[in-house]
Amino acid sequence: MAVSTFGRPARAAGSLKNRLKPGDWTFTGLTGAAALVVILVIVGMFYELTRQSWDSITANGWSFVWSTEWDPSKGIFGAGAFVVGTLITSVVALVLATVIAVLVALYLVEIAPGYIARPVSYLVELLAAIPSVVYGLWGIFVMGVFIRDHFGPVVVNHFSWIPFFDGTPLITGLFSACIILTIMILPTIMAVSRDVIAAVPRSQREGVLALGATRWEMIRLSVLPYARSGILGAAILGLARAVGETLAVTLVIGNSVKIPDNIFSPAYTMASIIANQFPEATGVHKAALIEVALLLLLVTFMINVVARILVWRVTKGQRVVVEE
Amino acid sequence: MAIRALRKGKWTMIAVATVCLVSLLAAACGGDDDSTASTTTPSGSPVGGIATNVGKDDSAQLTGAGATFPAPIYQAWFDDYNKKVAKNVQVNYQSIGSGAGITQFTANTVDFGASDAPMSDAEVAKASDVQHLPTVIGADVLAYNISGVTSLKLDGPTIAAIYLGTIKKWNDPVLAALNPGVNLPNADIQTAHRSDSSGTSFVFTDYLSKVSPEWKAGPGTSKAPNWPVGQGGQGNEGVTNVVKQTPNSIGYVELNYAKANKLAFADVKNAAGKYVTPTIESASAAAAGVTVPDDYRVSITNASGDASYPITSFTYLLLYKTTGKCSQQTPLADMLWWMYHDAGAQQTIKDQNYSPLPASLLPRIEATIKSLKCDSGAKTSLKGAG
Repeated sequence: MAVSTFGRPARAAGSLKNRLKPGDWTFTGLTGAAALVVILVIVGMFYELTRQSWDSITANGWSFVWSTEWDPSKGIFGAGAFVVGTLITSVVALVLATVIAVLVALYLVEIAPGYIARPVSYLVELLAAIPSVVYGLWGIFVMGVFIRDHFGPVVVNHFSWIPFFDGTPLITGLFSACIILTIMILPTIMAVSRDVIAAVPRSQREGVLALGATRWEMIRLSVLPYARSGILGAAILGLARAVGETLAVTLVIGNSVKIPDNIFSPAYTMASIIANQFPEATGVHKAALIEVALLLLLVTFMINVVARILVWRVTKGQRVVVEE
Repeated sequence: MAIRALRKGKWTMIAVATVCLVSLLAAACGGDDDSTASTTTPSGSPVGGIATNVGKDDSAQLTGAGATFPAPIYQAWFDDYNKKVAKNVQVNYQSIGSGAGITQFTANTVDFGASDAPMSDAEVAKASDVQHLPTVIGADVLAYNISGVTSLKLDGPTIAAIYLGTIKKWNDPVLAALNPGVNLPNADIQTAHRSDSSGTSFVFTDYLSKVSPEWKAGPGTSKAPNWPVGQGGQGNEGVTNVVKQTPNSIGYVELNYAKANKLAFADVKNAAGKYVTPTIESASAAAAGVTVPDDYRVSITNASGDASYPITSFTYLLLYKTTGKCSQQTPLADMLWWMYHDAGAQQTIKDQNYSPLPASLLPRIEATIKSLKCDSGAKTSLKGAG
């Protein structure tokens, strides 16, 4: 029967003996069309980006992905430095933000009394409402100056024996970009983590406590394993924002086309090079920038696949813990 | 109008809708003011046989797109023209960058384009029907931040060496020789440059390529060159911020921006060997010191003449020579005539810290505007030009 080809809602309607059929048909069609639009948009983007960057793809070949030389005036295009910049800034920001966000979330759910938890979580969520240009300007006028004059010199003086911790602190650079991104993705990860941790069943906590666990042991044994996949999902949401963030990063990263050799050196991200050069680009230069956009889409796609595999494995691991 | 809007895409449609709304409001609350405005306006006296307010009865919605650098003066002109001369001519100018302006012009989606650098030969070949028209002159100045130093002299090869990183200290003997009596510190030079691609960088590197073989062989002329040293700033305001916040720094910004922000800037030695302070007048003088070809596509950096400031450039409107539609091209040509001839319009240039074209170019500009055709050459655009 035709109804059975339309997934779950239609089949459920079938059991209601045709009474809801027209409405369900409409609803199925509507939701199906919406899903189709999403797929079409993705496919259309891939197609259009590939088509418009074809001049650059044929001219530059595969070396475009890893070559780090980008000189529009000489017609040399390699996106390696941008890929590295994007990966470093988003992964560092992701790690920092996830650690802080989970700690904040645990404090809010497990430890803080309500009169502290409510205003604090409200304030953290407020961070998400600040426009990225404000973050960027704050980054160069306030935070960057602080890093150059106070934080940077201390780091260089005491920790330069750690690889990549030497160099000259500047207002704009890799470090500034990582910090800005950390602050920007913090509210997303925190809000989702908090909800996931709060959803851990009370009985599970009480069971571990009844066995004589301390509060930390209770969190480690009953809360975190249960919430792990949710926290990972939150981190992926944050990562998506970090990879694509353009304006704030462009303002603070220093925009220098080279592989950074220390944490303070100026770098470049894929989103930044597009924002900086697209309005004035023509010909192959423009095609190359569109190829960077294509690459950004592929990198995002790959990050999502890796993340999905991670979630999948972690949830499998969780079942083992539960079975124990 | 609806069909036009559809052809030009969503943004134009929104723009047209906005313009319609604004004109409706203006019509509703304008009343008697409009009629008195047209009689009290000082323009209208004939120049070259054509009145300067020849377009006062025109009616059109014009769309232009391109360079961001001249956007403030264009906006001021288009508003003034609408308020003081032709109340039915609305111009929607989108400052989306020179490159995007050239793209839109070539795709025939605008009535005129705008670009800081002239179109390349390849781009001209693609557009086939383009007429460049210089409107104003811009100058790049070297703003600096050195404690206790209030006057600084530089020459081209020295600026190139600073931006190449071969001169590293402010008390370098080369700099000391150019600035006798100035107490330059024993400190590293911090250079600042634009990190977004821009016409400002193009003019600056075009100048450096002319005066320094090392620069020409190295980074070369580009809207976004590979800078050997220095920090990038986003836009004029970004470079200004780096210069303001970094002791012992130097950076290049546009003259109008440096003046508005009261930055200290250097005198630069020109091709005649004179040190020239960048001003509205010295930038205009540069354009008079260059042989301008018929299509106006020329670099005016390092111009000859004692009074010429060497780091200057034209900014251009891109016009359709013959293929524009008469309904759009005629009001546009009438407005151009007003821009170059109305005393108030020319004063606006100086008020906004741009430099006007030298008087010697005006007859050629007039001839160019008169030569514009529309509907594929069927008619002359400018009213009263025969």
